[in-house]
Amino acid sequence: MHEVDMTKCLILSMEEWAEKKNKKKIVVEKINLKIGEFTCVEPISLINTFNAAVLDSWLDSSEITIETIPFEGKCSKCNRLYFPKKENGYKSPCCNFNLEEIISGRELKIASIDFKEK
Amino acid sequence: MHLPISDKIELNILHQNSHQAEKNKVKFNNYNLLCLNIMSSPGAGKTRLLEITLEDLSKKFHSAVLEGDMTTNLDAERLEKLNIPVVPITTGRACHLDANMVSGGLKLLEKKINPDLLDILLVENVGNLVCPAEFDIGEHFKVALLSITEGEDKPLKYPIMFREADLILVTKVDLLPHLNFDINELKSNIASTNPKADVIEISSITKSGFDLWQGWISKKILKFKNN
Repeated sequence: MHEVDMTKCLILSMEEWAEKKNKKKIVVEKINLKIGEFTCVEPISLINTFNAAVLDSWLDSSEITIETIPFEGKCSKCNRLYFPKKENGYKSPCCNFNLEEIISGRELKIASIDFKEK
Repeated sequence: MHLPISDKIELNILHQNSHQAEKNKVKFNNYNLLCLNIMSSPGAGKTRLLEITLEDLSKKFHSAVLEGDMTTNLDAERLEKLNIPVVPITTGRACHLDANMVSGGLKLLEKKINPDLLDILLVENVGNLVCPAEFDIGEHFKVALLSITEGEDKPLKYPIMFREADLILVTKVDLLPHLNFDINELKSNIASTNPKADVIEISSITKSGFDLWQGWISKKILKFKNN
């Protein structure tokens, strides 16, 4: 359900971006997102919601691509990087320490926009 | 048509919400008003917690509530009986409050009372363990409730909510003798997800833990006012 609101935010950001580019003179081909694994976003749901939301709009022909950013933590005891797993309670496999520092995985970003000028 | 151009913008998808949240926070700070975002699944006991909390808290601190609800004003009506300013925010189909809704709620609150006169604003979010965690509203602290009837595994199943929380209130602990529930396992799961969070066990029936919770709030208000 929150993908609808994420999509709304994404479209608002696109509107804001397009205003600076002169929206009528461009065609957006791809919106390239970076979505972290440790977020509430389900990539497929976001794509489906976006495709439904932009029908017959200026973004109708645009496509979403999603690069998934791995969830990575840092062991606070030995500083080693690791991929936290729910099954292991997100603890570091090296020292069995609780997850304190998140290195990546919280991203919710528009990385880049591919467009053409008409 | 020209050749495709790639504009590398690296912009947060939620930046419009984050921007409004920042504006809300500036407003709260200008009013010297501490804002808590209270979140949980439906039925974890947020409204009852606020009813009991505000009975005492409103004697010491000037308090107000923004009450998020998807379809009704039922919770707001309960809290209005405490004779404090309450603004209901009906979110419709949205399963969380966002920064714009809170900004609107704050404008309505400003019509009821001069926020300069308030010490604390409690925002009861919509019951949901997923979406509210991603949408900042400009709060100073996030408080997540988890009732023991929900199971020990919830911090692992909904890690972002419990990771984001500054304080986790474990509610309905009066039911412990009647349930096959391992409180130590829950604490271990909370620590795994968020080792820095404060945790208080609380019961709205026996009132156990309310002294710690009220103490936590008082400390935060006083520290905020002195900054």
